[in-house]
Amino acid sequence: MKDNVRNFQGWLLFAPAAILLLAFTHYPTVTTFLNSLYTNKSIIRPRRFSGIEGYESMLSDPIFWKVFANNMWLALGTIPTSIGLAIIMALIVNKAIPGRGLLRMAYFTPTMLPMIAVANIWLFFYAPQIGLIDQATSIFGFESINWLGNPSTVLPSIMVMTVWKEAGFFMVFYLAGLQTISPELEEASKLEGSSRWNYFWRVQFPLLLPTTLFVLINAFLNSFKLVDHLFVLTKGGPDNASNLILYYIYETAFSFLDISYASALTIFLLVLLALTALAQFLFIEKRVHYR
Amino acid sequence: MISVLFRRSAVEGQMKKKLRLTLGRNKVKKLLRKLSYSLTVALGISMISSAAIAKTELTMYYPVAVGGALTQTVDAIVADFMSKNPDIEVNAIYSGNYDDTRIKALAALASGNPAQLSVLFSIDVHELRELDAIVPFDDLVSSSEEKAWLNSFYPSLMENGVAAGKTWGIPFQRSTIVMYYNKDAFREAGLDPETPPATWGGLIAAAKALTKDDGSQWGLMIPSTGYPYWMFGALAMQNGQTLMTSSDKTNFDHPDVIEALEVWKSFGEEHKIMPKGIIEWGTLRQNFLEGRTAMMWHSTGNLTTVKKKADFDFGVAMLPAGKRRGTPTGGGNFYIFKDTSDAERKASMKLIKFMTAPENSAKWSVATGYMGVSPDAYETDTLKSYVAAFPPAAVARDQLKYATAEFSTYQTSRVKKGLNDAIQATLVGSKTAKEALTDAQAAAERILKPYR
Repeated sequence: MKDNVRNFQGWLLFAPAAILLLAFTHYPTVTTFLNSLYTNKSIIRPRRFSGIEGYESMLSDPIFWKVFANNMWLALGTIPTSIGLAIIMALIVNKAIPGRGLLRMAYFTPTMLPMIAVANIWLFFYAPQIGLIDQATSIFGFESINWLGNPSTVLPSIMVMTVWKEAGFFMVFYLAGLQTISPELEEASKLEGSSRWNYFWRVQFPLLLPTTLFVLINAFLNSFKLVDHLFVLTKGGPDNASNLILYYIYETAFSFLDISYASALTIFLLVLLALTALAQFLFIEKRVHYR
Repeated sequence: MISVLFRRSAVEGQMKKKLRLTLGRNKVKKLLRKLSYSLTVALGISMISSAAIAKTELTMYYPVAVGGALTQTVDAIVADFMSKNPDIEVNAIYSGNYDDTRIKALAALASGNPAQLSVLFSIDVHELRELDAIVPFDDLVSSSEEKAWLNSFYPSLMENGVAAGKTWGIPFQRSTIVMYYNKDAFREAGLDPETPPATWGGLIAAAKALTKDDGSQWGLMIPSTGYPYWMFGALAMQNGQTLMTSSDKTNFDHPDVIEALEVWKSFGEEHKIMPKGIIEWGTLRQNFLEGRTAMMWHSTGNLTTVKKKADFDFGVAMLPAGKRRGTPTGGGNFYIFKDTSDAERKASMKLIKFMTAPENSAKWSVATGYMGVSPDAYETDTLKSYVAAFPPAAVARDQLKYATAEFSTYQTSRVKKGLNDAIQATLVGSKTAKEALTDAQAAAERILKPYR
């Protein structure tokens, strides 16, 4: 009897989270999967079961491969840089230097700004001629570069902005990580005559690995999740040079109204993210020191 | 001793619990009683009020594609409408650009809490029809007066709203592409500021004179993000071709269309009067206002903002002619959704008639630069005196006689994306105009085949 009550209480406590998860995560996932197996309904063509046709057309869709490659480049270009920068910034603002609070805030500001606002700012940084970057380089006599209008510079430009936006966020985690490291370790390493670099590489960095794992997963997910800026900056152009998977899904679903194909793309993205998260947990977890 | 104490406290605890429970029950009863009371009162009040004024509530989404304080203008006209029609309540919701607005209107439709009418992209008509989302105005007009109203608009503005022999969209925020030019820069370059170039040859010659070697001022900018197919529609028309021949057939690989894209590219590559590559729609107005380009092709919907912000003398001209003059129309139409009651449809018609009435259309045109939608709008004192004082306001209208429908087919968005990609691929040099447009035509064929 008592057990039942306790069980019931337990379920009751679990219910709000469970209901939200079921309603907004699991149910949509299942319906998305089902939608990907059917064609779209319209008054001209009725809905019919199409099986894996959606996935087949995905594999033969050159734009899909383009946006997938773009996304991989973006991940490769932004994750190591933003993690490296985050560690450096965290090390700087972890020291007792004058104006530390101000510096911390300055590093964190990009994170607090909404992505759309950020994109609007950077749109005018990158604008040829009237943009901040071009005006700065023109002083030194460099030619004007159309950063967002050139297929070879557009993705790197977006990477720079993403790093700028994300590094401050990851810094906060590293800062928290650094502050859990006992100061005795630093004193001990100083007594032993260990160099600053040696202390960082042999002591701090290994102790920060749990943070790094967390940040790594987050950064990877973000590189697929963050597309807000594309709406403002490039709309995926020129000629899909900056188009990313999620933006392509959005276009397919809401501009082209092709829910069936968008569902297939979504399932692909879900599986991809689930697999990478799993891989990261399984392989990297083993090498991480938790205390 | 200890165990006795313990037991007693346990008993006390149980008693307290019981007490609390009964208290709780009483409280709940009281609460329920209160609740049912207030519910009856609330119901009563709402019944009385709905009986007193049977208000028809309308939700309308509308887009703004050119920036500026256009939402205030819409809000003002809507407020004016409500004060004159106290039985109709209108929620006018600004919802981003054309794509965003369509998404919101369709999402509202799917949610079962739909909008009754909306201003959506004029070229969305085929997709909205395919979704069975809208009703034709032919079914809504009955009296001869209303039929006359349906014929009161500029015919070229009606083109995009017509499909399968019926009218589905009523023009509201409509535009053509016009050429803004910096008269001060013209004077500086020794050109006559009162005779803007009227042909492609004249355009290239003037732009060459206006382009400065140090790159501080370009002769011309034509935007190639956002709505590249729209700008291209103008160039193709000027070369004698439209981009589609019917709602299920595109015309991308016609030699003259390919040539038009080559001409666009040549402005940057061969003639060097325009920056090479892609030119951003969103920052172009700023480029013009800062004098980085002496001429720009842009929507007439920008006119009032440019007028307010330009600190130099500027003019507005029709787009120049290749084989002929040409521009697509553009902008948003009113649609009425199918999922509406008769009362809501009547109220929607009232609102649309009000907002497109000559006087309001004139006010809207003055506030934005968009066109008055009917000849009568230009006969109002508001627009007459405005045009007299500021002649550029009439250019878009004068250009209407050369205008064609904006690109629109079944599956418009997807076909359009293929065309946009082709234009951008050509301008950045990853494909030739011929390759890009032939590919786009093949893709469009695949998409449109099932509709024939």
